[in-house]
Amino acid sequence: MNEMIRSLGKESRLSTVGGIDCDLHPASPATTTLLPYLDDYWRETFVMRGVDRLSLAMTSSPAHAPINVRADWRAKSGFAGDTLETVRSQALDPFGTRLAICNVLHGSMIMHSDDMAAALCGAVNEWLAREWLGKEPRLRGSIAVSAQNAELAVAEIEKRADDNRFVQVLILAQNDEPLGRRRYWPIYEAAARNKLPVCIHAGGSNRHAPTATGWPSFFVEAYVAQGSIFESQLLSLVAEGVFHKIPELKVVFAESGFTWLPSFFWRADKTWRGVRAETPWVTEQPSDIVKRHVRFTLQPVEAPLETDALVRTLAHIDCDDILLFSTDYPHAQFEGLNALPAALGETLARKIMIDNPLATYPRIAADFGKEVSK
Amino acid sequence: MARHVVAKVDELDIGKSKLVKVAGRDIALFNVKGEFFAIANRCPHEGADLCRGQMVGLAESDEPGQYRMTRHGELVRCPWHGWEFDIRTGKSWCDPARTRVKSFDVSVASGGALVEGPYQAETFPVSIDEDYVVVEI
Repeated sequence: MNEMIRSLGKESRLSTVGGIDCDLHPASPATTTLLPYLDDYWRETFVMRGVDRLSLAMTSSPAHAPINVRADWRAKSGFAGDTLETVRSQALDPFGTRLAICNVLHGSMIMHSDDMAAALCGAVNEWLAREWLGKEPRLRGSIAVSAQNAELAVAEIEKRADDNRFVQVLILAQNDEPLGRRRYWPIYEAAARNKLPVCIHAGGSNRHAPTATGWPSFFVEAYVAQGSIFESQLLSLVAEGVFHKIPELKVVFAESGFTWLPSFFWRADKTWRGVRAETPWVTEQPSDIVKRHVRFTLQPVEAPLETDALVRTLAHIDCDDILLFSTDYPHAQFEGLNALPAALGETLARKIMIDNPLATYPRIAADFGKEVSK
Repeated sequence: MARHVVAKVDELDIGKSKLVKVAGRDIALFNVKGEFFAIANRCPHEGADLCRGQMVGLAESDEPGQYRMTRHGELVRCPWHGWEFDIRTGKSWCDPARTRVKSFDVSVASGGALVEGPYQAETFPVSIDEDYVVVEI
């Protein structure tokens, strides 16, 4: 068993100072906010069609659902993280965050029209670059793309690739097809070519029911179903051979949770042994491939923290490279500044906060290298 | 080590397998393209009879979507869960270091030679004008 995981114990609150927050959410911009970042065709037609009066935030993240905005972070507007000042004072300064990666969860990634999706993703990215990344040196960005049209997604990635403040590509977990399918490979190839991991964030188009057994009635079902959605996507990426075809690709699962990994590993590895001839390019057991290529953001931690359940789960996962620190700001996943469960212990917590993000994000590692050499 | 006559050559066609009992052991005997091989019959996973498994080739690939079948009939797939074992070595494909079955030396000898040399054929009448499969245990 892994050295760090074996030494895990109960410790007092762990400091987040100096950490790299790999999942922070500025509030989804209002459509009117995006108008200046759209070209004249889309700007005029949005106004003509009244699209500018619609919220294009995702229905899975209603602002007034308690889980989406922590009560003490909620502004009078009902949102949180809707100004740079609140992000600084709530998400960066108190945690002592060194860098934070902004994942803007906006409906642009799941529009039915490929062209409108691409135009809106471009606008969100430009807005992020100018209003956030350009004004706060601790912020980094994700290039949001709509996965459904790989050609347009690749164009957006290439357009932003020279801007090193963008450190990964962002897509959502629920799409038209399982994410290992070849139609999505150009996105992964473009990302890898530009040293950008691909972040797959919880949520999505809901063009398929979020459970394999049909449409649920309640948010609790849709939220809990995210775990099985991520399991399916993880195995799709492995089975279809994405990591064999693009060996330098890193994938980051955000808000996927991770306590489901042990049973997933057992089941996937065991089943692979019997049917591996169907996918002869998969020459290692799936868990080994996942441990090399896929990373998981820390929050939300699903394990009960008052027991040693988290320690035992990490022991089963047996890979201290796999977690990336995240606050998931402003979602309500923990109280106060307790983003790091005490059970992690100081050594592993530091690895999760700094070493693992640096190993995952070449562009952030390059930034750190420059600072050290100064 | 002793040599045991386990079958007549012509009772096991190419691509066929059978269970033989030798010195108290269950052994799966295979005819791969005219060559005979013997491995322990019990799958180390859940104990299925490997002699009842399908003899298959080795599926390989250089990249996703490319399929290549080599070593036709040289692997046996366990009839219960499909784990593949190399009939020549007894090693599983997925975990050759830890998941494996014992492999035994096999030879073919004429009845005439067997009558002359030391061999164990207590239950097996040998005729000098036929060929036999001999397993060494």
